[in-house]
Order: sequence, then C-alpha cells, then structure tokens
Amino acid sequence: MAVFTHPIVRFIARRLLYSLVVLVGVLVVVFSLVHLVPGDPVRIALGTRYTPEAYDALRSASGLDRPIVEQFFGYMGSALTGNLGVSFRNGDPVALTLLERLPATASLGLVGIVIALLIALPAGIWSALRQGRISDVIVRITSQFGVSIPDFWLGILLIALFATTLGWLPTSGYRPLFDDPAGWLRHIVLPGLTVGLVAAAIMTRYVRSAVLEVASMGYVRTARSKGLTPRVVTFRHTVRNALVPVLTITGIQLATILGGVIVVEVVFAWPGLGRLVYNAVAARDYPVIQGAVLLIAALFLLINLIVDVLYAVVDPRIRLA
Amino acid sequence: MTTVTAETTRVASWRLLLRNPVTVVSALVLAVVVFVAVAATWIAPFGINDVDVASALRPPSGEHWFGTDELGRDVLSRVVVATQASMRIAVVSVAFAVIVGVTVGIVAGYRGGWVDTVFMRVVDVMFAFPVLLLALAVVAILGPGTITTILAIGIVYTPIFARVARASTLSVRVEPFVQMSQAMGTGNLYILTRHIVPNIAGPLVVQTSLSLAFAILSEAALSFLGLGIQPPQPSLGRMIFDSQGFVTMAWWMAVFPGAAIFVIVLAFNLVGDGLRDVLDPKQRTMIEARSKR
Repeated sequence: MAVFTHPIVRFIARRLLYSLVVLVGVLVVVFSLVHLVPGDPVRIALGTRYTPEAYDALRSASGLDRPIVEQFFGYMGSALTGNLGVSFRNGDPVALTLLERLPATASLGLVGIVIALLIALPAGIWSALRQGRISDVIVRITSQFGVSIPDFWLGILLIALFATTLGWLPTSGYRPLFDDPAGWLRHIVLPGLTVGLVAAAIMTRYVRSAVLEVASMGYVRTARSKGLTPRVVTFRHTVRNALVPVLTITGIQLATILGGVIVVEVVFAWPGLGRLVYNAVAARDYPVIQGAVLLIAALFLLINLIVDVLYAVVDPRIRLA
Repeated sequence: MTTVTAETTRVASWRLLLRNPVTVVSALVLAVVVFVAVAATWIAPFGINDVDVASALRPPSGEHWFGTDELGRDVLSRVVVATQASMRIAVVSVAFAVIVGVTVGIVAGYRGGWVDTVFMRVVDVMFAFPVLLLALAVVAILGPGTITTILAIGIVYTPIFARVARASTLSVRVEPFVQMSQAMGTGNLYILTRHIVPNIAGPLVVQTSLSLAFAILSEAALSFLGLGIQPPQPSLGRMIFDSQGFVTMAWWMAVFPGAAIFVIVLAFNLVGDGLRDVLDPKQRTMIEARSKR
C-alpha cells in the first residue's frame, strides 16, 4: 500500500476531501435558496397563472409539501445522482436543460481564456522585463483600463463597431461548433473578445508580478552570474518558473468566467448557462436557479481542485507544505 | 519614542502617496465624483424624467451636453443622478461587507480553534459561488430592488474582508506586543480594539478602495440585467441596456453612462493601487482577482 503514503497521493486525497466538504456546504446553500424566499415560492413562481389546482400540482411535484428534513435529504440524494428536479415554468428536467446549455458557455469560456492568455503572457512578460520603462507603464495603464471597463459596455461597443457599423460579424446569436464550424467562429469572435479582453487585463498583472518575483530570486542571479545569455536566463529560469503561479490564476479566471459570463451572454443572446440563470431569476423558476447555481459552483470547485493538483505535480514544494 | 516613530512613518506614508501623480489625479477625480453624487439634484440641469418627445435622440449640444435619449430626456441629468444612486449603493454595501467581514475575520483569527474552522469553512463555501451568481441568487430570493442590490453586493464582498482581516490578525497576534499584553492579563476586547484593529487597517483600507470599484461594477451589471435599481429611478447599467436599440443612431446614449462607470471604477482602482504601494506593499493580489465580477 506504498501508493497511499506517497506525498502527492496524500495531497490529492486531502484536497479532494476538502472539496467534498465545501461541496456539501454548497448543497446546503442551494437547498436553502428556495426556503429563504419570503412568502410561498410556488405562489410567487406561478404569479398570474395561479389557480388552486396548478398550485397543488406544482407544490407536490417539487416536493415542497413534504417535511423539510425529508426534503433536504431527498434533494441531496437526487442531486448526487444527477436529478435536479423539474422546471417550474415548463416542467423540463433541470439537469437536461443544464447539459444542453453547458457547451455554449464552455466554448465561450475556453475561447475567452485562450484570447486572455494570448494577450496576457507576452504583455505581462514584456512589461516585467522592461520594468519602469515606458512600455511597462503603457502595459500597466492599459491593463488597469481593462480591469475597470464594464464587460457589457465593452460588448455593446464591439457590436456597434464590428457588427452594426462595419458589418463584419453578426451582432448576436450562436451556432453549435460541430454543426456549423464557420458560423460558430463568426458568432464567437465578439463575445469571446469581450470576455477575453477583460480577463487579459487581470491576467497581465499577474504574469508581470510573477515574472518580477522570480526574477528577484537567488537562482536567477546565479544563472546570470555564471555567464548564461540573457535569453536563456529569461526563458529557462525566469519565465518557466513564473508559469507556475500563472497556472493558478488561469484556473481561477476560467472558473470566474464560467460564473461571470451572465451579462455577456445576455448582450450577445448567447444560449448558455448565464442566460439560463438570468431568465430563471426573472421568472422565479427556483429549480432551474438552484440547478444552475449548483452546477457552476461545482465546476468552480472542480477547476480549483484540478489546478491545485497540477500545481502540486509541477511544484514539489507545495505537496510538502 | 514609539509615538515619534509611528508619527514619522505616517507622515512618510502620506508623502509617498502624494508623490505618486497617478494616485493624486485619481483621488481628485474621486473627489469630483463624490461632489457630483452629493450635489446631484442641484447639478442636474433637467429633471430625470422630463419627457420631451419632440427633442428625442438629439446629439450632444450646448443645451444637452450629453444629448437626449429616445424619450427626449436629458442624458447628462440622468447620468448625474444615476451616479449618486451607484455611489450610495456601493458605499453602503461595502460598509456592510467591511463591518460583517472584518468582525468575522478578526474573531476567527484571534480566537483560532473551532471558531476559526467553522467561520472559515463558511467563507470557503461562499467563495465557491462566482460573485455575480451569488448576487443573482440573493435577488432571486428577495426580488429586485435597491435594498436587495445593497444586500447582495454586501454579502458577496463579506468573505473577502473576512479573509483579509483574518490573515492580518493571524500575523499581528503573534507579535511580541500582543503576546505581552495578553500575558499582562489585558482583556480580549481591549487587545482587539487597541492592538489588532489599528495594525490591520492598512490592508483593509486597500481592500475597501478596490471593493468599491467592484461594487460599482456589480451594481451596474445587476441594473443592466434589470435586477438592480428599478425605474423610474435612473441607473447607469439600465441606461446602457436601454441604449442597445439605438447604438448606431444615438451613440451618446451608450457612451456617456458607460464612460461614467469606467471613470469611477478606474479612479477607485488606481487609488487602491496607490494606497497598496504605501500601506501594504507585500499583499498578494489573489483576493483582488477573485473579487472581480
């Protein structure tokens, strides 16, 4: 059983256990959501469609007529087996709806993070290597601008320029990647840029400070003093080691994008999880809100877990800590 | 001797802060924004809901500096009054987050043990929800409106302050002057208010400035979605939403409210950065990334 005493296995086990504890907490919060609504959630959800029959039917279908403890364990049990109940609005299984929406959000998130990395890595490294010079100042100011711009405003300005005025790209909408690759690409450019530019601004600052931190380390000085060329010192010693913290922030950013694209999806009529949550909040469709919040929070935890494990694989010091 | 040193450090900090032109300019911009917010009703040249269909969608002019919207309402007046609403929500919600978060963080960090474990696991769970999603969940529970927006943003930013306060408390707690004080039998409350709080103020001030920036962005996003400030009260986010149908014929409807958000957020961010360089140079920016949207 030597495998279980290996530090990396123990680290992963510990990290996994921690994620499970947080996931249970998330489940408690998500379950409580519908019970925290002041008044009767079924009544509120029905709104003008209220009739005593519809009320009773929806109440018993959603299990809200059962004792709360029974409801809680029932919800935990079915959530863990992938049953997230049915929509208040149209009776569709929530889990299925979420699965249908996931690819759109995932593709937007991935395209966004790729754009962000393509900008942030060169800009951050360049800025750090020229610390204090004019190009560093320009990069820092530009990234500060990107952090401060509201993403929905950026999206609308991009639509106004590239779609409405120049007519190069569609204003909104989505095409599935496998049905229509060219259409997918044309439709994802503007929302992808909106998500990517904002993320790039945040990540540039991390890449810059990560590179600066590594550059001040003793081994970089040693490498330089033993006569290695600046290029070798920069790329083999500095940038390579700086990529470890960059990996963490990339994971956090990807997770943040998945949960934060709501507004961008609304601007671009992108049929992802974000717009689903938005419509569900407007319609007070609690099972859908609960399911989407649970899925996004679980993805968030999963990405963080993966990042931590990768981190431990890449940097042995983490496992020992 | 100690007081002289502390005084000298403080003066030096202020000098350092005032030597950074970016921070000074941002602080001046913020001062103007605060003035506009406080005096909004006197500054606004027109009523926010003065409909005048005859002069709808007019470009910026001497009479209407920011142009008019589809109902002929003055965009400048609406931006000014909406700025007031945004600032009010940001300040109140961040104050909520500071009070609750710092209390939780200090108690957790100072007491340690099971109190710390329980508080921090709760914070961990809250961190598992992306910011806007958590805010939307609060809106789903309480229904849209100004009070909900304040509560939603306040709840969302509470864990950040709890973490910053806890981390700082942990490092101050082991300082000799706190341990000495404990050994002398000083009461916990006295130690917390006289030793811990003053010594963790630096990182908290920095975090407050950055959180105000993000709170403005969050409020704008919620209002854009129609879940924040409700009409007829104007909000910067909703003005941008309404401008979507008119972007090509009336760019001013989208540009000015967005620019207002951008300038306010940028100013808070730059002041926060300037403060960090002086008050808390070692702080890692991890929390900052998390608190963005």
